[in-house]
Amino acid sequence: MSDLSMSQATGQNRTGKIILRWVLYLALGLFALFYLMPLFVMITTSLKSLDEIRTGDLIALPRDVTLDAWRTAWSGACTGIQCEGVRPYFWNSILIAIPAVAISTLLGAMNGYVVAQWQFRGANIIFSLMLFGCFIPFQVVLLPMARMLGIMGIAGTIPGLIFVHVIYGLGFTTLFFRNYYVSIPSELTKAAKVDGAGFFRIFWSIFLPLSLPIIVVTVIWQFTQIWNDFLFGVSFSQAGTQPVTVALNNIVNSTTGVKEYNVDMAAAIIAALPTLFVYVVAGKYFIRGLTAGSVKG
Amino acid sequence: MTKWLEQNTPKLVLAPSFIAVLIFVYGFIAWTAWISFTRSRLLPRYDIEGVIQYERLFASPRWDTALNNLFVFGFLFIVIAMVLGLVLAILLDQNIRTEGALRTIYLYPMALSMIVTGTAWKWILNPGLGIQAMVRGWGFEEFTFDWLVNPDMAIYTIVLAAIWQSSGFVMALFLAGLRSVDGEIIKAAQVDGIPTWRIYTAIIIPSMAPIFLSAFIVLSHLAIKSFDLVIALTGGGPGYATDLPATYMYAMAFSRGDIGQAASSAMIMMMVVFAIVVPYLYSELRTKDE
Repeated sequence: MSDLSMSQATGQNRTGKIILRWVLYLALGLFALFYLMPLFVMITTSLKSLDEIRTGDLIALPRDVTLDAWRTAWSGACTGIQCEGVRPYFWNSILIAIPAVAISTLLGAMNGYVVAQWQFRGANIIFSLMLFGCFIPFQVVLLPMARMLGIMGIAGTIPGLIFVHVIYGLGFTTLFFRNYYVSIPSELTKAAKVDGAGFFRIFWSIFLPLSLPIIVVTVIWQFTQIWNDFLFGVSFSQAGTQPVTVALNNIVNSTTGVKEYNVDMAAAIIAALPTLFVYVVAGKYFIRGLTAGSVKG
Repeated sequence: MTKWLEQNTPKLVLAPSFIAVLIFVYGFIAWTAWISFTRSRLLPRYDIEGVIQYERLFASPRWDTALNNLFVFGFLFIVIAMVLGLVLAILLDQNIRTEGALRTIYLYPMALSMIVTGTAWKWILNPGLGIQAMVRGWGFEEFTFDWLVNPDMAIYTIVLAAIWQSSGFVMALFLAGLRSVDGEIIKAAQVDGIPTWRIYTAIIIPSMAPIFLSAFIVLSHLAIKSFDLVIALTGGGPGYATDLPATYMYAMAFSRGDIGQAASSAMIMMMVVFAIVVPYLYSELRTKDE
C-alpha cells in the first residue's frame, strides 16, 4: 500500500511527480498548522502580560515572557468566591483518577478473564448487557445517580465520584480485557486445570504475566476518560471536591474582576498536561485504546 | 462447600459487576423512564400521568432549538470530520517521511478535555481580541468574524472546535484501514496501469466500508453526548442559540429544578442513541457468532 505514489514514475512526468510531492507536503503542513495553532496560541497567551494581550496580536510571540499568569492559575485564580487557583482541584482529580482507574482496571481484568476463558451459560448475555452500558448517554442516569449517592451518604464527595467512574468504566475495561484474553488459546486454561490449578492461580500465573500491553491500554484509556470528565464532575461534586475540569470552567466563566485571558490559558494547559503527557509518552497505546474502544464489540 | 465454591468462582467473580450494571445502568434507565411519565418537578413523584412531559418538551421552543442544533451540529460534524479524516489518512499514506510526527500532531487534540478545547477556541474566536481583532489589526478594518456571539452562527463554532478535536481520531481509524487493504490486489491494479486515484475510489475505499460505519457510530455518539464543549465554548448561548439536548437536560435537572423535563429529554437522547447503536451492535454480535 505504501509504495503507491512511487509507482508508474516514468521519465516524462517526473517533474509533475515532484510538484505533486511538494503540494502534498504543503497540504500536510497546513493541516499541521491548523491542529497546532490553538496550542500555540494558548502557550503564547499564557506567557504574555494582560497589557500585551490587549494591545498585541493573537498569534504574536510574547515580547516579555512572564510566568505570572501561570503562578496565578496554579494558586491564585478565582473559581467563584474562592481564589486558590487550580492546585486543590488538580489534586482532587488525581485523588479521583488513581483509585478509579485501579479499581475499574482490576475488575475489568477479572470480568474479561471470566467471559473469555470461563464461559458458563448466560455469560455472553451478561457481557452483551455490560457492553451496552458503554453506549448509553449518561444523562439518562444522572438523576437517579444523584439520589443514590445521597442515599449511600457519598454525595458530593471524592469517594462518590470514584464510585461513579468505576461503575460506568466497567463496560469498557471488561471489553478490553475480554477481547485480549479471547485470543489466548483456551487449551492453556484446560491444561492448567488438569494440572490442578484453580481459577485465581491460572489468572495469576498465566494470564496476568501476558497482560502488560492490555493493562497499559486500559489504564491509559480510563485515565484519559476520568481526567477529562466534566459531566460527572460537575453533577456530583460540591465546592471542595470538584475535579480540575470543573474548576477550569469556573475560572474561565468567573464573572468577578478583570478577565485574565493569560490566566485562563495557563489554567487550561495545566488541566491538559497530564493527559498530554500520557499521549506523548505512550501514544501507541492511547491510539490502540481509542480504536479498540470504539470499533469492536 | 469448597467444591461448590470452586465450580462457581467464575460466576461469583462476575456477579458484583453484573449486579452493578443491572442496577446502575438498567435500573436507572427504568427509573428515568418512569419519572418521564409523571408530573415530577423539583422532587420526583411516582404516579404515572401519561406523556405530559413529552408534550411539554415538544412544545418548548428551547427544546426545539436544542434538537435542531443537534441535527445541524451532528450532520456537519460527522460529515466534515469523516471527509477530513479520510483525506488526511490518504495524504499520510503516500510514503511520507515525517508520518509519525504528523500523526502525533493531528491526533493530540483527542487527548484533551473538551473543556480545554472549548476554553482555547473561546479565546481564539472571541471578536474583541481573537482572530477578528487580529485581522483588523493587519489593516482589514471591515473584517468580521463574530460567530461566537452571533446567535445564527454560534453553533458553527461548536462544529469547528469539535472537528478540530476529533478529526485526527477519524484519520487514525482510516489509516489503520488503508494499511490493512490487501497489498496484492493493489499491486495487480498497478501492473494493469490503473491510475492511483482510481485505485483509491474503486478498490481501497469500498473495501473500508466497515470502518466508515465504525467512524460514523463513534462520531454520532460523540455528537449526541456533546455537553462539555458547549458549556465551555458558548455556555449554550447567546441566549439558547447553542443549546443541545445534553445541555437542556442538565439545565432542567440541576438549575431549573424540573426533573420531569430532565427525565423526558434524557429519554429522547437515549432513543436517538439506540436508533443508531442497536442495529450496529446487533450486526456486530451476529457476525461474531457465525
